[in-house]
Amino acid sequence: MENAFGQPQRVIVLGGSSEIARAITRKLAAARAHTVVLAGRNPELLEVAAAEARDYGATDVPLVTIDAEQPSSAATSVIQAFEAAGGSVDLVIIAVGHLGNQITDEVDPAAVAQMLTVNFTWPAVALTEVRNRLLAQGSGRILVISSVGAVRVRRSAYLYGSAKAGLDRLCDALADSLDGTGVSLQILRPGAVRTRMTAGLKEVPFTTGPNEVADYVMAGLASGDRIIWSPPVLRWVYLILRHLPRKVWRAVMDRA
Amino acid sequence: MNRQRLSGWGRTAPSWATVLAPETEAAVLEQLAHGPVIARGLGRSYGDPAQISGGVVLNNHALGGISTITDDGVVTVGAGVSIDELLTLTIPQGWFVPVTPGTRQVSMGGAVAADVHGKNHHRDGSIGDHVLSMRICTPTGVYDASPTQHPDLFWATIGGMGLTGVVTSVTIRLLAIETDRVFVDTTRYANLADVMAAMVEGDDDYRYSVAWVDCMTKGAAMGRAILTRGDHVTREQMPEATLRAPAGAKLRIPVDAPSGLLNPLSIRVFNELWFRKAPRHRVGEAQSLGTFFHPLDGLADWNRLYGRRGFVQYQFAVSDQHADVVERAIARLSSSGVPSFLAVLKRFGHGNASPLSFPMAGWTLALDLPVGPAALPQVLDDLDEMVLAAGGRVYLAKDARLRPESLRVMYPRLDEFLAVKNTYDPNNHLTSDLARRLLLGDK
Repeated sequence: MENAFGQPQRVIVLGGSSEIARAITRKLAAARAHTVVLAGRNPELLEVAAAEARDYGATDVPLVTIDAEQPSSAATSVIQAFEAAGGSVDLVIIAVGHLGNQITDEVDPAAVAQMLTVNFTWPAVALTEVRNRLLAQGSGRILVISSVGAVRVRRSAYLYGSAKAGLDRLCDALADSLDGTGVSLQILRPGAVRTRMTAGLKEVPFTTGPNEVADYVMAGLASGDRIIWSPPVLRWVYLILRHLPRKVWRAVMDRA
Repeated sequence: MNRQRLSGWGRTAPSWATVLAPETEAAVLEQLAHGPVIARGLGRSYGDPAQISGGVVLNNHALGGISTITDDGVVTVGAGVSIDELLTLTIPQGWFVPVTPGTRQVSMGGAVAADVHGKNHHRDGSIGDHVLSMRICTPTGVYDASPTQHPDLFWATIGGMGLTGVVTSVTIRLLAIETDRVFVDTTRYANLADVMAAMVEGDDDYRYSVAWVDCMTKGAAMGRAILTRGDHVTREQMPEATLRAPAGAKLRIPVDAPSGLLNPLSIRVFNELWFRKAPRHRVGEAQSLGTFFHPLDGLADWNRLYGRRGFVQYQFAVSDQHADVVERAIARLSSSGVPSFLAVLKRFGHGNASPLSFPMAGWTLALDLPVGPAALPQVLDDLDEMVLAAGGRVYLAKDARLRPESLRVMYPRLDEFLAVKNTYDPNNHLTSDLARRLLLGDK
């Protein structure tokens, strides 16, 4: 059961070893989460994340292996995660994603398929089973990690961006469909986040660290806002960016 | 299917349930044959004890009826009758409730489930001390419970947050009054230490006593307060006085205020004006019962002032030995910039025999806190630590965010309570969002 601040007691994290997911898990475990199911591709990385979750206060951290390149396995993985949770689930976080490498991926049809599968199709299929399970429970929250790149897709990251854009639109409308059911969905749109993946790249404006993102998530759980921006100012930045004429957009983004 | 979105008065953590309003004990018993189910009165608890996600909520509104009052003030009241409805009948006959919370809009069933207390706990205890008997429906049948008949069920139901059964009627002894006025002495104090000293010294001279405390000031003026204390006016003191029941709310907040209407700045401004408005020292002012006991009842739906995000209430009790926790709690709030719109300080006498009895001899501080400041959850967790270290506890009728582990320490008789619950509700049909959150039985 969640408390007045939307802090959950039983959580499932799909994509539990990513740095952002781990930062969120740390905050949740330190708050009220006693059971955190971590689902991911790499058992070793999951073990590390699990030990960390226990350090921060979780007592029960079951692990589930998933393969985000196989959408046909998504439903089964979600079912396994729910069973491992051992009770009614308060929050499901969908943190599955892969930044990829636009330059090499964009010429490779197989890489394109993989990018769309991992970033859009698998999460969407998983979301369907999550939605069904939570509706059967009659309560629960879903948090989907999208990206500010989903708001307007830019040339330099159009595979990641467009996949996230698709997921973002799907989630927004799915959240509408959940009105009145006792289940809700929130979308996290982080800007650039300092992680292993982005280490060594030049830092863009409004970059945050994973802990900051997690702080905004905790505030978002309390406020119930549909879209959680990290940092919040990006809401206004993108309000402007999304409406720029194409030439101006290209000029701004191709420099960044 | 009447599915409704329910929350507490703080309007946080809502959940959906099927709401029914049974009219007879047979109808209640039929619903108790399956779980999850919980009773609900007028929804004035601040958190989640009167809701159950995905379950059945039994609104007690139709369990009405008020018997004739005996010569010594004994009356039997349906659990769905509100204190407001009861007083409308009893005040003109010269009877008042022995204990009333700060609002009349609570059902008798809810009042018992929360074991409500008022401004006279130091002298008269809580409502449970004035209940002679109750009829309680449980999954194992209906019982007439009293201190001598099924005393385990009787005491566990008082303050039991509805988890032992559904109360259908309550027999209480009323307090005889001669007028509808209270003589009130009001004094302003420059800081917390002064008001607390005054309360320790003088509260026993009054039946009713309560202090409003400003949580926003810092330094020497921290915890400046307005202390109001009073007694019922006798006919001898005011022969011309009437016996009229209080009128209903004159104003209503029609829509949710914008989030952030109540913020540190606006609350500081309000507190400044409120503090200055109070007389430095006024004695013997005759206030109406409504004004003295239920000031907020004049503004219907006042919880909407907190906007869409709602608010939480934090109320704790500590013994006299640990009175410093009151000051440290206010200091913590003040220094963290977490605004409390309303802080109320009272003295407590001893608790009663209920295993989940909240009051303990000493002090109680109740705080209204808007949801919004990012620091709020941690600040409340810190207050929990202070209260735990002092052997104190938090009030479940107000709680919306306590840790299950803290509950066990705060209420050492919890296992005793769960054993009684298990006797009368062996399959744990009676459960609520609060029970699930605090890991009381169900998953």
